[in-house]
Amino acid sequence: MAELIPVENLDVVKAIVAEHREVPGCLMQILQETQEKYGYLPLELQGTIADELGIPLTEVYGVATFYSQFTLTPKGKYKIGICLGTACYVRGAQPIIDKVNGILGTAVGDTTEDGKWSVDATRCVGACGLAPVMMINEEVFGRLTVDEIPGILEKF
Amino acid sequence: MINLTIDGQKVSVESGTTILKAARSIGIDIPTLCNFKDFTPEGSCRMCLVEVVGARRLETSCSTPAAEGMVVNTNTPEVREARRFVLKMLMSDHTFDCMTCYKYGCCEFVEFNANCIEYDAVKAFGTERVMAKPIDDSNPFYTYDPNKCVLCNRCIKVCEHLQCNHILAQCDRGYETNINPVFETPRGKSECVSCGNCIAVCPTGALAPKQFKPFAYAKTVQTVCPYCGVGCTLNLKVIDNKITDVYSTEGNVNDNLLCVKGRFAYDFVSSPDRLTTPLIRKNGVLEEASWEEALTLVAEKLKEAKAEGPQAVAGLSSARCTNEDNYVFQKFIRTVGETNNVDHCARLCHASTVAGLAKSFGSGAMTNSIDEIDIMDVMFVTGSNTTETHPVIGAKIKQRQQKGAALIVAEPRRIELAKYADVFLQIKPGTNVPLLNGMMRAILDAGVEAIDFCKERTEGYEEFREFMDTITVEGCAEICGVDPEDMRKAALLYATKDKGGIFYSMGVTQHNSGTDGVMSVGNLAMLTGKIGREGCGVNPLRGQNNVQGACDMGALPGDLPGYQKIAVPEVAEKFEKAWGLKLPTNTGKTLTEIINGVGDGTVKFLYVMGENPVVSDPDTNHVKHALEKGNFVVVQDIFLTETTEYADVVLPAFVYAEKDGTFTNTERRIQLLRKAVEAPGEAKNDWEIISLIAQKLGSKGFDFTNAEEIMEEIASVTPSYTGVSHERLRNGDRIQWPCLSKDSEGARFLHKGLFTRGKGWFAIADYIPPQDQADEDYPLILMTGRILEHYHTRTMTMRTPGIQEIAGEPFVEINPETAKGYDINEGDFITVTSPRGSVSAKTRFNPGVMEANLFMPFHYGNNGANHLTGGELDPVAKIPPFKVVKVNISK
Repeated sequence: MAELIPVENLDVVKAIVAEHREVPGCLMQILQETQEKYGYLPLELQGTIADELGIPLTEVYGVATFYSQFTLTPKGKYKIGICLGTACYVRGAQPIIDKVNGILGTAVGDTTEDGKWSVDATRCVGACGLAPVMMINEEVFGRLTVDEIPGILEKF
Repeated sequence: MINLTIDGQKVSVESGTTILKAARSIGIDIPTLCNFKDFTPEGSCRMCLVEVVGARRLETSCSTPAAEGMVVNTNTPEVREARRFVLKMLMSDHTFDCMTCYKYGCCEFVEFNANCIEYDAVKAFGTERVMAKPIDDSNPFYTYDPNKCVLCNRCIKVCEHLQCNHILAQCDRGYETNINPVFETPRGKSECVSCGNCIAVCPTGALAPKQFKPFAYAKTVQTVCPYCGVGCTLNLKVIDNKITDVYSTEGNVNDNLLCVKGRFAYDFVSSPDRLTTPLIRKNGVLEEASWEEALTLVAEKLKEAKAEGPQAVAGLSSARCTNEDNYVFQKFIRTVGETNNVDHCARLCHASTVAGLAKSFGSGAMTNSIDEIDIMDVMFVTGSNTTETHPVIGAKIKQRQQKGAALIVAEPRRIELAKYADVFLQIKPGTNVPLLNGMMRAILDAGVEAIDFCKERTEGYEEFREFMDTITVEGCAEICGVDPEDMRKAALLYATKDKGGIFYSMGVTQHNSGTDGVMSVGNLAMLTGKIGREGCGVNPLRGQNNVQGACDMGALPGDLPGYQKIAVPEVAEKFEKAWGLKLPTNTGKTLTEIINGVGDGTVKFLYVMGENPVVSDPDTNHVKHALEKGNFVVVQDIFLTETTEYADVVLPAFVYAEKDGTFTNTERRIQLLRKAVEAPGEAKNDWEIISLIAQKLGSKGFDFTNAEEIMEEIASVTPSYTGVSHERLRNGDRIQWPCLSKDSEGARFLHKGLFTRGKGWFAIADYIPPQDQADEDYPLILMTGRILEHYHTRTMTMRTPGIQEIAGEPFVEINPETAKGYDINEGDFITVTSPRGSVSAKTRFNPGVMEANLFMPFHYGNNGANHLTGGELDPVAKIPPFKVVKVNISK
């Protein structure tokens, strides 16, 4: 994964807007690419997008919060996603979440202060046969038990 | 035209009309929540579903255009079932605390729920699913309760497209959807200007004023706002002789919009601080007295003073009182006081407009109507922070800009309107004349002047052209401190659009070159032919509710009602005949000269009605010294003020809500006030008090019994008000002067075909630098002005706690870079010193203020900005230079 661009550098987001601005309905595309480059969509970036497009910030914010793929807070280097789909849930996903949060001192949606971890509850990831399932970035851990969690986190 | 059938009725509509509009046009009502005015329908509430025969599913009538041959049914079992389901869903998510809700009795949701009985949705899901979402009560004036919100988005649309403030967004999705400022900012911490226009359109009680009386049957009275010159219509809700709420309605000047003052700042009316009896100073203390005692004393003192000649008596009238009050006041000062020493605070705001535009065009008032903004292609705003000083006009300018009109702003501060401007010229204070001259030079250089207009309808054009040959765009731009290319761009933008209006205010008038600035504005309009046509004009925005009217009524030393000059013998003769009284012949003093006269002892008797010169006039210390001189001062007011501290007699008067009468707003529109509450104690109507004193002195011509009679007399002697009567106004007639007959609505715009003075006159105005220039001792330049929350000297607005919470104390705006040089942090108290005085105030950082400039609001008495102001007056209009004061600061 490419190194993220710091939010102070607004040149990149401006370039993204400049590239797409003439296309009707370009806001989604711009938000996606901006999040890809910066990792998240804080006020500074959304404000810049609004100013550059000449639309109110409220419109940008409405779209950014409507779609769950967008995040307003920076995610950790390692993004933990614990599936709360039906299968995972009945096979004990909640204790897994509790364990992860206990170790990292987080709540669902949080990022640790050192920026290493972020924890999210996800919808079904399509691996119900392996329930309960946790993902760390692209790696999948299945048939989890609570006791396995400390060992997995230590590997990162 | 499109032909369709709705519920068996045939209807023809224009192409593009929605089914909803088509149905409503033939009286078929379809329930809606999210549909709002003419904004793009969003079809989100789903209440308006109808059956379109042949369609696969029910359609939202608000967003589906009518099509040829369409057959629509609005009330089939299937439609009803669908609506019932929608209602159930909405109700499942709504708190039913109706009995204590703001919208009790007028809730649109309840209206549907009444229909619910019909729709059988009452016993829907119940309320068990309602999540108790936190109420946002961070704004001082109103609350947002998400548990009552039905997500119709009307508040967003108002904020976005009518108030044009862009505060609210629809955030998150699904069950979590909420309407809030971005990034979970509470409303009170956002850039919300508390106009409350969202409350006005909320269908439920989700948005509600903090202060209201639930569950009460109120009487409502329609009247006119007592604040700025826009003249918004207010509807007062009155319970037990107390205003409990103010709401707006469609139509009239404001079309449902109000600002924070109009909507929320009504507490002063029933304030316990109101004056309830006359007061007489005895042994240095104001003590309660009877009317008889007070009026006898005033009459005696007036008699004594006028024995010393006409210069010994003077009166300050009030731009906050009605036309009727002002008419009676000036008649009283002239005939009973036997002097022309009558003036009012227009001297401090638009005296240069009255003088300058009278010279250029023949009459000094806004030439357009406010609603002509809707057809302008370009708007040029200079010397006016419109969104704060005239909020509803500010909103209308923003609306027009949103719809594509060009906006040019020239101001020393980066005001809110600058954000939306096509060209923003940040000019140095006091450089309006070179700004306008430079723009005109650029127009001539490009050859886009309206040569035919100049030749046919103006005079002095040749001389003006010769003068313009001595001017360069570069030279002017340098004086103004702006890029000459920006100046050219602004000039050409204004000149080349078809319809354009100029809006200006104190930033142009309050200079020692104020009259020149005003005439230059007139020149620019004439040079481009943008005057005398609909949507084209010169628009001085008048500051106070009735400052236009106070001028119209002749509360000016040289002018009788309707700007008839007292110096013209035929005019004086006409009035003497009409009034049956003798008119004085002295040259009347202006407001600033009256204060000087009090100071040097020539004025022995000063009558002040609804004015607070200690705070509003320049050079506070000078005013105080003058009033201390021991001359007899009568103050007629609604509260004790900084000025009553110097009064010998104080007389309690009515406020707007206790009066019948008329105000004339900034667009020359005469509007009717209607009495809503009884005044406290023994307070009396302003005109009545004056009349009683006149009668005490045995003068005829003051036996009025009501305001309507006074207006009849006004109409009989004032040509521009000839067709005005209370009866017409009660019947809803729109009247803008000049109104020459009973069947005329007057003029929506002025100078059509012919200027009031015949031909427009090109004045020659060269740059005169402001008297105050930054120097070694006073290196900074201070400007004074108004802020959104306060009005005049705060006597009314400061009684509203929310206003005090936002703007309770004086402050000084400073550029952060300038502050750095003085080692000042934001919020530090600093001392600001001018050659005339010194005050202490908290700093507010504003990068929109230029370096080496400061801004202070003038409203405050204690540590008020007017301790610092003063100096050389405009030679023609005698207006003081409030906008350029050299100062120094220290921590």
